[in-house]
Amino acid sequence: MSIKVRFFASLSDMVGKSEMDLEFAEGLTVLDVWEKTSPDDLLPSGSLFAINHNYSEPEDLLKDGDEIAFFPPLTGG
Amino acid sequence: MIIKVVDNLFDPLDEIRASETELVTRRSKIGASSFFVGTMRDFNEGDSVQSMFLEHYSGMTEKRLEEIAVLAKTKWSLDWVTIVHRIGQIHPAEPIVLVATWSAHRAQAFDSCRSIMEQLKSTAPFWKKESTNDGTRWVKNNTAGYSEND
Repeated sequence: MSIKVRFFASLSDMVGKSEMDLEFAEGLTVLDVWEKTSPDDLLPSGSLFAINHNYSEPEDLLKDGDEIAFFPPLTGG
Repeated sequence: MIIKVVDNLFDPLDEIRASETELVTRRSKIGASSFFVGTMRDFNEGDSVQSMFLEHYSGMTEKRLEEIAVLAKTKWSLDWVTIVHRIGQIHPAEPIVLVATWSAHRAQAFDSCRSIMEQLKSTAPFWKKESTNDGTRWVKNNTAGYSEND
């Protein structure tokens, strides 16, 4: 299966990329994706996640074709 | 309903006038309009700020803003909602965000406008990167606003 992984703002700076594709077997959670794509970086507390533009939880499972995004606390407005 | 994410300078009063043209046929039913405009300061956390870059998550941001507006229209009796938010490079005194609501009564207009703004701050994916004399830095958190119970 394949998913698109995106990083925004300070998390993009931290991992050194804004997006990548990831091939994986079944049973991958949001946190698993972070550990596979950013093995040298601890996920900062307060980080947020979205699957296909909807907020998600760390233990949510990914499926083929999903887009998962990692980002820091929001600062708009 | 107008929801816009724009990458150039906008005039909040022009946006309000544009929304008003949508309301011409029912203008006499509307007794209250409430507007909030957020603008960029030239200081933050004790430092002078020269400019700011606003990043967003294209697609999710627009979706979230629309969800916030739709939710407000179900919670309050609103005739119209307009949300405009800036992205890209911004300079002090330039508008960042406009939230505007129109209703028959002031409580609906005031309360919905404030709630939409607070929802935007806490759930719409935008991030600010400031340019100061010491370089650039991501803003870590928004300043505290209001809770729904205030």
